[in-house]
Amino acid sequence: MPAAPSAQMGRTVLDARDIARALTRISHEILERNKGAGDLVLLGIPRRGVPLAHRIAARISSVEEYDVPVGSLDITMYRDDLRMKPARTLMHTEIPGDGIDGKVVVLVDDVLYSGRTIRAALDALNDVGRPRAVQLAVLVDRGHRELPIRADFVGKNLPTSVAERVSVRLSELDDDGDADSVSIVVPAPEDNGGTA
Amino acid sequence: MKRHLLSAADLTRDDAELVLTTAAELRSLADRPIKKLPALRGRTVVNLFFEDSTRTRISFEAAAKRLSADVINFAAKGSSLSKGESLKDTALTLEAMGADAVVIRHSASGAPHRLAHSGWVRSSVVNAGDGTHEHPTQALLDAFTLWRHLGESKPSGLEGRRVAIVGDVLHSRVARSNALLLQTLGVDVTLVGPPTLLPVGVESWGVDTSYDLDAVLPKVDAVMMLRVQRERMQGGFFPTPREYSRRYGLDGRRMATLQDHTIVMHPGPMVRGMEITADVADSDRSVIVEQVTNGVAVRMAVLYLLLGGSENPE
Repeated sequence: MPAAPSAQMGRTVLDARDIARALTRISHEILERNKGAGDLVLLGIPRRGVPLAHRIAARISSVEEYDVPVGSLDITMYRDDLRMKPARTLMHTEIPGDGIDGKVVVLVDDVLYSGRTIRAALDALNDVGRPRAVQLAVLVDRGHRELPIRADFVGKNLPTSVAERVSVRLSELDDDGDADSVSIVVPAPEDNGGTA
Repeated sequence: MKRHLLSAADLTRDDAELVLTTAAELRSLADRPIKKLPALRGRTVVNLFFEDSTRTRISFEAAAKRLSADVINFAAKGSSLSKGESLKDTALTLEAMGADAVVIRHSASGAPHRLAHSGWVRSSVVNAGDGTHEHPTQALLDAFTLWRHLGESKPSGLEGRRVAIVGDVLHSRVARSNALLLQTLGVDVTLVGPPTLLPVGVESWGVDTSYDLDAVLPKVDAVMMLRVQRERMQGGFFPTPREYSRRYGLDGRRMATLQDHTIVMHPGPMVRGMEITADVADSDRSVIVEQVTNGVAVRMAVLYLLLGGSENPE
């Protein structure tokens, strides 16, 4: 989602070092919860979940000396609002070679909000295989859930109002010269704010 | 994208590249255990075929079903059409049944256009071949196949590639749609055939033409062979099939003059021994079977982009 020009002027909540620390902690929590990296598969939800999944995988492999399979899972066709807007461009889905059957899949996304994206991701997973368990890691949980969904690993709980927008910038995708950041933006009245 | 896909000329370069990149994502579905996506759940796609077809109809049917749409097949034989029902009455029937998209093949050029713009139906209309006019999804799948083989990461990498379209250009809707679409994508197209089988006014298409296949072959990145459509011919367009094959058929000897990376395409159905010999059709260069596989992905992309979103964008 292209950030509005005003996005840069938002209030920064996490800077690059905060994000790095949060991801390191999440990586360790994933390892602890699953007692190692043996059966793990990390699936990022495009767009920003994908680089986050890769960063977590890199941290896990530096601790465990084991390369966790990483992939991406596009949820566009599983969205419940597909019919309400013009056809959306598909993102890339890439399931690691060994598949996900019997594995522990960790879904990775940047912001957890209504929970609808995750519901769509669970439906999408259903068509790919049958994991032994599915867990959810998010960089930011901003609340306002509309479905009974929660994250297993959270970088930061961020109380927000519905009118605010959470903007996540990652150096892999947002090459505007800035480093990583998470900021809260209060959009102009005509802007219908809210990501994910 | 517009609401209908009637002509390859309707597609801007951005539209065409969007179809191709969407098809690339959808193609990976063929490798999955469950080859189904929910995007068109509850939508109805009608295949309205006034002319015989196996490849295209099955391809559209598979594409619509993989997107979870309901498919109604409507063939001219065995329906009220053979009792003399008009296109208009058929269209009104479809409208009454609530079709969201109509995929139409008709022997009359312009029939899909008539269906789309007459006000008879509210559905999206996809041209699956009309007379000797156009066959835009075939052109899209050919462009997709070219893109995959010429090894570029983006469809814009087709810019500057050279493609020869050889044979019965006059009767070929595939050739016309390909000439339009490939030019949109920046490909240099050369039409090759005997003077009698190149259409009048081909100069205005903006493509090169040649009567000499041997001179063209070493320069191109892909050769697209066309079937000689004898069922559409009344009169002598060439002296004998044998002479045609000798001058415009692709055989082993001619294939040897191609560059190493050049691929051989054919929209099917092939007449082996006429425009292409069996050893060429079955060779490593031939991507004819893959074209069929790609057809499903490309048609899924088209149906998704036409139907997947809202009918009334904000």
